[in-house]
Amino acid sequence: MEHLRLNGAYWGLTTLDVLGKLNAVDPDEVVSWVMECQHESGGFGGNVGHDPHMLYTLSAIQVLALFDKIDVLDVEKVANWKHNDEANYSFRFSYVAICSLALLHRLDKINVERAVKYIVSCKNLDGGFGCTPGAESHAGQIFCCVGALAITGSLHHVDKDLLGWWLCERQVKSGGLNGRPEKLPDVCYSWWVLSSLIMIDRVHWIDKKKLVNFILDCQDKENGGISDRPDDAVDVFHTYFGVAGLSLLEYPGLKAVDPAYALPVDVVNRIFLAK
Amino acid sequence: MHGIPRKALTEEEQGASSLKSTKLRDLQSQVLHFHHNKIYTKEAIEISAKLLESNPEHYTGWNYRKLAVQYRLNRRFITALKKIPDEEELQYTTDMIYDNFSNYSAWHNRSVLLSNLMEKGGNRYDKENVLGEEYEFVRNALFTDPDDQSGWFYHLWLLDQTLKQEPVFLSSWPPNGSNLYLSLDGRLKGQQSLPILHFQSKARKFPLVLYFSEAVEGVSSSTVTVEYQDGDTLLWTPLSANNFGFSQAWLTYLKFPDEVPSSEALPVKVTIAHFPGITSSSGMPCSQSCHISFSVCVTSDDQEHSEVQSSHRISWKEENFKARATQSLEANLLHSFSKLEITKENKPSTPKWSMEIISTEIAHCRELLSTTNCKIGKLTLARLLMAHKTLISYGSPGDGTEVHYEDILALYQDLMKMDPAHICYYEDDYSLVLLKQLTSNIESLLKRCDRYQEFSSPSTNPYLCVRLNGLSLSRIGSTEHLLWVQMLDLSHNKLRSIEGLETLQLLSCLKLSHNRLCSFTSLEPLKKLKYLEVLDISHNEIGAHSIDTRRYLCSSPLTHAVGGDWYFQKFVDGDVKLNNHWDAYLLFKDLNLVQLEMIGNAVGDERFKAFLLKLMPELKWLDGEKCR
Repeated sequence: MEHLRLNGAYWGLTTLDVLGKLNAVDPDEVVSWVMECQHESGGFGGNVGHDPHMLYTLSAIQVLALFDKIDVLDVEKVANWKHNDEANYSFRFSYVAICSLALLHRLDKINVERAVKYIVSCKNLDGGFGCTPGAESHAGQIFCCVGALAITGSLHHVDKDLLGWWLCERQVKSGGLNGRPEKLPDVCYSWWVLSSLIMIDRVHWIDKKKLVNFILDCQDKENGGISDRPDDAVDVFHTYFGVAGLSLLEYPGLKAVDPAYALPVDVVNRIFLAK
Repeated sequence: MHGIPRKALTEEEQGASSLKSTKLRDLQSQVLHFHHNKIYTKEAIEISAKLLESNPEHYTGWNYRKLAVQYRLNRRFITALKKIPDEEELQYTTDMIYDNFSNYSAWHNRSVLLSNLMEKGGNRYDKENVLGEEYEFVRNALFTDPDDQSGWFYHLWLLDQTLKQEPVFLSSWPPNGSNLYLSLDGRLKGQQSLPILHFQSKARKFPLVLYFSEAVEGVSSSTVTVEYQDGDTLLWTPLSANNFGFSQAWLTYLKFPDEVPSSEALPVKVTIAHFPGITSSSGMPCSQSCHISFSVCVTSDDQEHSEVQSSHRISWKEENFKARATQSLEANLLHSFSKLEITKENKPSTPKWSMEIISTEIAHCRELLSTTNCKIGKLTLARLLMAHKTLISYGSPGDGTEVHYEDILALYQDLMKMDPAHICYYEDDYSLVLLKQLTSNIESLLKRCDRYQEFSSPSTNPYLCVRLNGLSLSRIGSTEHLLWVQMLDLSHNKLRSIEGLETLQLLSCLKLSHNRLCSFTSLEPLKKLKYLEVLDISHNEIGAHSIDTRRYLCSSPLTHAVGGDWYFQKFVDGDVKLNNHWDAYLLFKDLNLVQLEMIGNAVGDERFKAFLLKLMPELKWLDGEKCR
């Protein structure tokens, strides 16, 4: 997983922060490694020497935010960097761009109204969002769209009752959440579906206790970590989403996580409210 | 990463695994070397192929490959997108569905195709025909496997298409046919002792609220004509979050009559949708214009009693409430309000086939439920029965059958037992149906109206209070019937959100104690209530939750929707402990309360109270004590 080390860093470090253990790492070491991943064009690659990509740029900004070190960035340079890969454009990128620029206080770099309009054009008849206009609703895409709309103050475009019902029906008998009807539950959907429900204030429509138990069942109690499903192999990706999901469910002992930025609430509040 | 069984690796496996990683890292560093130095030899490309074979998601690897191939072949790839006509695609989805009913993707694609085809119009894709056929088509799936969700989601879409109609004007304040008494200082005299028709404002203006069947945009002085006095151009604002352009309720203000005191009542005539321009969020125009008329007059000021009404505390004591007899003056008034409801002019014609389809579907659904106890089937039946009631209220001729609210409520109670994981979803729907039932006729509403007179200060005006306490309500609805309410008791319910209250512009006293409000952000609708003076939010859960589910549903710096009036740091004045109360700041800076109760929440120490006093200079009573 070398190519997405920066993502891995974000997942691992945010999990540590939510568990209240961010002091286990040396901030300077982390920050200097992150900066080494920056490409001369301004964007960040997944690892040192890798090409810049939006996904890693967002992770870089998020990691720096955890340590309150966004100011080491040349913000203009990063904000101006353009991701040049039209052919592989995915909906995730709208969310990633909006999230990155918002954290840098540079949302003015894009035409927000147009971005919102495009996202709304991908709204489906079941209330969800697909990856392109007309594509089937999928929880991952829904998170990206709802997150982008939340950050830009445009959640009134979402039919909260219709989408909320589609989302709450993702909870299956075991208590876990799937990503689409008739599919298997997966811990990472506990994030995509759950955070979407939180942002539209419909999380009370699922059985929170049952979901908590599902996530806890996905732990590897011997070696640590969380997997996608009970008794599967663990990885940092699912560990992060499991812990973040538990935080959203108000599991005791965890720092609160912000559903739109996927960072601890105190980090987000520090960036936006302390002016 | 997904679906890999968990098992401890043997030593042999561990060895193999680390060998594999070393090999991969080696490959990777080679490819990075080629990439950074723009080396595109055949051998280099083969090495990149090996890397991508083991790691198909290696982004930089793919970038390199793309550049390498372009460099070597120097060809432009043309992708031809074959345009498959919609009809063929439709047949394709039909085949897919017959092949396997549990095919959400196929149903989804089908709904998209049919939407396009119905929009294009033409005889073959006439809405009535298409929907009729589709209901039959999906019925096969539903009867074959009632527990499979895919068909039911499609059925819900069909229902939505069946009910889709033009937005309709529903109600207003002042109500049609009423005579409103306006005054500056709040004293009622003689025959004007009817609190619900009396409006007091030192600012010499009164609100005019229009309420539609669904969220619309385009309500302005170009589409709504108001004949009154000199006819100034009026500014209409939507009563919605963020002043988002679409709203069910729209507000403007009219000035008091120029002559004071006026012996005659001045008429006001409002023509809604006088000119086209009002449209729903789904693009349907409000094409039928209708009008309402009412009159206003100003009562003479009584100089002796110019003390401000609100210097007395509202105690909400039970002994201060007195039930109203139904034969009272107010009862008659409320009766006349409801007459406005929908006059013949106001009703658009809903196509006959809508009602026919709904009735047929109700019958089929009941048939299905007689053999299988299927959760979504039951929910669908409840939705169908509500649709039946809504169509009737919009003027559809009935089909002879009568649907009772009790039956719908009973269905939801069944569902709560059948599907306890989703109990809160059913509770929300149940609340909406219950409120519809309570406000559906004037008798049931009157049973919930009490006269409130502060025992300790008999000189103050009485209120007519609507009492919706103790009903297990988790959500608010049917506010189109409550636009006249000035005093409202919603205590002892299960409210988590008060969305909908922003339309009750006349609210002056509101009791929300003993509910489940979790944050100050959930009280955002109150910011639109300019006349709210008395608020009781005691015994809720504010400050007791680490997660705020309404964080992104209000205007704040988080949603990039706050203007130049964000002076939070100034109010906090360096007090670090108050930094967490940005949401309290956001709410109370726009409220002008005289009385506030908030005991029994997880916030409210002395520092916080001092903070509130700074934000609300008019505040006189805080948690029962005089605070200035």
